[in-house]
Amino acid sequence: MSTEAEQTVGQDWQEDVFRVLKAHDVKHVVFVPDAGHSAAIRMSYADPDIKAVVLTTEEEGIGYLAGAWLGGERGALLMQSSGVGNCINTLALQVCAGFPLLMVVTMRGDWAEFNAWQNPMGQATEASLNLMKVMTWRADVPQEVAPLLHGAATMAFNGDSSCALLLGQRLIGEKKWVK
Amino acid sequence: MGQVSANHTLCRREVVKALLADRKDVLVVTGLGSASYDVMAAGDDDLNYYLWAAMGSAITVGLGLANAQPNKSVVVVTGDGELLMGFGALATVALQKPANLTIAVLDNGHFGETGMQVSHAGFGISLDQVAKTCGFSWTDEIRDMEGVHSLRERFATRDGVKLATIKIKAENPPRVLPPRDGHFIKNRFRAALGFNPI
Repeated sequence: MSTEAEQTVGQDWQEDVFRVLKAHDVKHVVFVPDAGHSAAIRMSYADPDIKAVVLTTEEEGIGYLAGAWLGGERGALLMQSSGVGNCINTLALQVCAGFPLLMVVTMRGDWAEFNAWQNPMGQATEASLNLMKVMTWRADVPQEVAPLLHGAATMAFNGDSSCALLLGQRLIGEKKWVK
Repeated sequence: MGQVSANHTLCRREVVKALLADRKDVLVVTGLGSASYDVMAAGDDDLNYYLWAAMGSAITVGLGLANAQPNKSVVVVTGDGELLMGFGALATVALQKPANLTIAVLDNGHFGETGMQVSHAGFGISLDQVAKTCGFSWTDEIRDMEGVHSLRERFATRDGVKLATIKIKAENPPRVLPPRDGHFIKNRFRAALGFNPI
């Protein structure tokens, strides 16, 4: 049983992601979809000032955002934690050239995971990012999403740095496998 | 498996020199390896972005750049092996349909940097046919210099996303190395477009 206020907060964090990206002048939202990103993806498609780009695999987003920055524009990469594994080698581009990189990662294999096959990559996600010189923060309650994403975006775009916000599975909620 | 891609006569250095002759303000992204040496040999330019890592990323860098700079022509020069590592990106590019992007694939059918092992293209996959199926506006397979000159003429049209495979000889000309400082080539490129470092 949750109050109406709690339900509103619980839904708003997804929209907070999009609002913070807009506030940081993000013009390109590139993604491999995840349910936790559905609001940001929907709002990106609906915004005429934003290029919404669906990728076949997450590392495409790293090259894409480097290219957008060469052309003078900011972007963000949305993905699930499994996609971090796909990005590892490509992150050398950010390390060697100092492109700003802002990633928002919804976690699996993190808390109350039903599908244990998600656990190996989920448990290695943050350490893998850190090994490739990506700074990380994690949000586990709705109120943390906007300030932590603002912080990550500030440090990415003002420091030519790679920054990732991890959205914990407690924030997203348990996936319902049997309805 | 039989090798079906062989006996091509075009020289990669001559091809790239012709493609980039009189380039004006065309923005160029190179895949890592031989394609970057070819572009460097044709003449270093502030508006060249050379990749030294992130194999498979040349066309995604080109796509991001093309989407951010729709009034400039963007040309990606890469090899068949480099493009194959980011094969799915052909689908991503096709959905975006950047009218100002041309992808020139120097296709020698081999992984030239690692000892000339035969590539998927060399075993018979036609990358231009894949791009055509994905929905590129224009594709071609080029086997002579006339086709190369014709491709160069298309850079400025900006009337649809294009991809050409250029069948070249499997050879390794002497390396002409681009600058390796990624920050330098990034900041130099951005400065040429009027953007300051942070």
